[in-house]
Amino acid sequence: MAEDNAGRIAERDGFIVTKGKNKKQLQCDTDSSAGCVSQRACVYCGARVVLNPITDAIHLVHGPIGCASYTWDIRGSLSSGAELYRNSFSTDLKEQDIIFGGAKRLNAAIDGLVEKYQAKLVFVYSTCIVGVIGDDLEAICTAASQKHNIEVIPVESSGFIGNKSAGYRAAGDALLRLIKPSEPIVKSNSINYLGDFNLAGEAWIIHNYLRQIGVELNVTFTGDSHYTALKSAPKAKLNIIQCAGSMLYLAGKMEELYQIPYIQISFLGIEDTAASLRKIAATLGEESMIAKAEDLIAKETARVEAIIKGYRDKLQGKKAAIYVGGGFKAISLVKQFREIGIDVVMIGTQTGRKEEYETINNLVDDGTVILDDANPAELERFMMEKGAHLLVGGVKERPLAYKLGIAFIDHNHDRKHPLSGFEGAVNFAEEVYSTVCSPVWKSLSKSGIDRGVTDHG
Amino acid sequence: MLDCTPKEITERKSGGMINPAKTCQPIGAMYAALGIHKCLPHSHGSQGCCSYHRMHLTRHFRDPVMASTSCFTEGSSVFGGGANLKASIQNVFHIYKPDVMAIHTTCLTETIGDDVSSIIKTADVAEGKLVIHANTPSYVGSHITGFSNMTKAMVSYIAESTLPVKKEQVNIIPGFVNPGDMREIKRLVKSMDIEYIMFPDTSGVVDSPMTGEFEMYPEGGTTVEQIKDTGNSQLTLALGRFASSDPADLLNKQCEVPAAVLKTPIGIKATDALLMTLRNSFAREIPKELEIERGQLVDIMTDTHFHFHGKTVAIFGDPDIVTGITEFVLSLGMVPVHVLTGTPGGSSNSAAGSFEDDINEMLTTAGITANVKSAGDLFTLHQWIKNQPVDLLIGNTYGKYIARAEDIPFMRVGFPILDRSVHSYLPIVGYQGAMRLIEMISNTLLDRADRDAKDEDFELVM
Ligand code: SF4
Ligand code: SF4
Repeated sequence: MAEDNAGRIAERDGFIVTKGKNKKQLQCDTDSSAGCVSQRACVYCGARVVLNPITDAIHLVHGPIGCASYTWDIRGSLSSGAELYRNSFSTDLKEQDIIFGGAKRLNAAIDGLVEKYQAKLVFVYSTCIVGVIGDDLEAICTAASQKHNIEVIPVESSGFIGNKSAGYRAAGDALLRLIKPSEPIVKSNSINYLGDFNLAGEAWIIHNYLRQIGVELNVTFTGDSHYTALKSAPKAKLNIIQCAGSMLYLAGKMEELYQIPYIQISFLGIEDTAASLRKIAATLGEESMIAKAEDLIAKETARVEAIIKGYRDKLQGKKAAIYVGGGFKAISLVKQFREIGIDVVMIGTQTGRKEEYETINNLVDDGTVILDDANPAELERFMMEKGAHLLVGGVKERPLAYKLGIAFIDHNHDRKHPLSGFEGAVNFAEEVYSTVCSPVWKSLSKSGIDRGVTDHG
Repeated sequence: MLDCTPKEITERKSGGMINPAKTCQPIGAMYAALGIHKCLPHSHGSQGCCSYHRMHLTRHFRDPVMASTSCFTEGSSVFGGGANLKASIQNVFHIYKPDVMAIHTTCLTETIGDDVSSIIKTADVAEGKLVIHANTPSYVGSHITGFSNMTKAMVSYIAESTLPVKKEQVNIIPGFVNPGDMREIKRLVKSMDIEYIMFPDTSGVVDSPMTGEFEMYPEGGTTVEQIKDTGNSQLTLALGRFASSDPADLLNKQCEVPAAVLKTPIGIKATDALLMTLRNSFAREIPKELEIERGQLVDIMTDTHFHFHGKTVAIFGDPDIVTGITEFVLSLGMVPVHVLTGTPGGSSNSAAGSFEDDINEMLTTAGITANVKSAGDLFTLHQWIKNQPVDLLIGNTYGKYIARAEDIPFMRVGFPILDRSVHSYLPIVGYQGAMRLIEMISNTLLDRADRDAKDEDFELVM
């Protein structure tokens, strides 16, 4: 791995482009280099985040303790009913299990948990170690399923078989098993909502809109969902997808198996929210829905635009850097920043796909740095070079931004306020405002107390 | 989880964990490695583990936590991770330029059996740079064991006895505590006018000041020179037997530095023990300023004892912290009725004794019988509390579920604390730490009393 004076890693060159400057294609969707400080997570992580919001399931992690400890209720997916999913279950493998296999322990764990919690549904996640010691998850789950007469579904998510996107696929496969009907499907007029995990109650906001325009919602994958609701998924007549990264695979399969067409939507920002509501109404093709959608959009836009304008006046001309998990979210964020008068000067993702990077490239201004699977040093370098005032990212990026004296908002699992829909657009503007325009930046002084007030911006 | 836990206690045959009270070795190793100056911790395994460990530490300390990973792929897990590790060693020094690279293994690399020390021997490491490693399989021990193992690696790779006569200086292994605690321990030793080397020392690393620049290697941490010199010290103080006694033992074997294993200095008794050990070993007087602090603490204890006397309490978390807190609340007249740690027995192959014995001995002396368990989980604790409710719960952030489900006042101490800030800067050790603990305990109890008081019982002065 060669490196130049600026501490750049030559191998990483392909993963970074500056719009307008070079014509080359951005590289993405590959493995990170050995020895890097990567911000990426693993297959298990991907599978877990997708399935975890199923509220009445036992989510059993088959592996040593850590994998389960770190994923214990870190998502902020809210529930309107069951709370079972908020527990952390692990087989807590020990040395002798590694040598003799973990099947016995897994069996006992399933038996014990099913007896304690009377659940109808168990997910068993495999971690790296299980992939290596070779426990036959499939056979164990099938046997447990028969024994207890409930659904016990294996999730093949050994960490080393890929990155987070492989985990989304593993989760998709598990969901497909779950929704497979045992009787012929009777189609209904309803739609499924894919790729909303009800972080901070976001799915509830969207449910409310759909209800208002007369759309019948069948089930959400997987925010605030439960066993019985998910079982009914095949009867829907349309799938709408919010988080494409995690749900495209599942949507494709559902189209193939149950003839449910899908459309991609986004409820991030006013522009996307309005466009999505129109798209849903138009796809379903009902006059009354189209009219109601227009009403809702007009009413809500008028309401929130007035509030957002106040923030836009204060934020105009600030610059943002984006580093998030998936490409689709990154795209929405660019538009959302525009709504509040902010330019995006750096944008990257952990697992963005080629087409998404193309869209990003078309959307951003010349000179914007686009990068895949970045490390902290790169994030620092480009944020400083481009003079970003704000970073959008996840938990590991937060202190990095703060150390640089840059404002931050969390657009991943730690968000505490819903960022979806019209309400979300207001929350977003408010959050950006409260961090970018916080007086704390005035205390920032590089070389001692006497430098006094520095202006942020 | 809120309230899914059944009250009825049935025998657990599975051995599995429900709501763990521990986590895995590598995160402890990563934390210890951050306590070496200019060290980059390296996780030999898949990306996921490393990402989780960094995330968790980041949430607790709210500071950037850097670590590199071998980025395993399917191939490496079949053919072994030697090639990945060698590439990692090369890349890490090239790109991130640490002085030390501290490698720990994950479950995966332990299971496929990578021989890390031979890989290191055959890797080419530039002059003046250092690679150390610890084996940290997570199916053994806990994050505390991982901390102990990485600290052991510092000794085995670096410490040397180079002088014919030992120096008048003390080594201090602080255990898995916050940087704020490490600072406070250093202050105590300094005020006794004794030369010391604390290792590992994360103060200045995960509580580094804001400068407007991102520093990959902040100023803090024990230097390699200092760690080397620990072999020349007269004495090692291992604070907290679970996290610290193994490395202290090793240092004794390797460099003939005798070790004293003490409790983490939480509360008056354990702080006294620390200072008395230093006084006796180095023939120093306890300075006036510490006498005054102690006197203030005793004054506060007498001023407030009636708030605490007879109050029942449940304590959980890391074994050294739980031991210290238990001793302290006993000295306040409180009654610990449930005491639990997730970490099993002692650390692997350690001379460290049993958590349960330690706690039971303290309780027996105080005439208390209680539920005491090591290698337990929070499901067990929750069941205990359902069957025998308490006035106060003390533990890390995960206790908040139990506190809410059972409507118990809750005080956060230990690791991890994910939902509050500032805690990692402020000590709970030493006399000042004890004052802070009293404030925290009494505020928690009194806020609750105020909240629950009927109008006619509501009083201005408590
Ligand atoms: S695999 Fe092992 S090292 Fe990795 S997170 Fe899980 S328990 Fe920890
Ligand atoms: S062991 Fe594998 S599955 Fe578990 S956290 Fe690490 S990479 Fe992910």
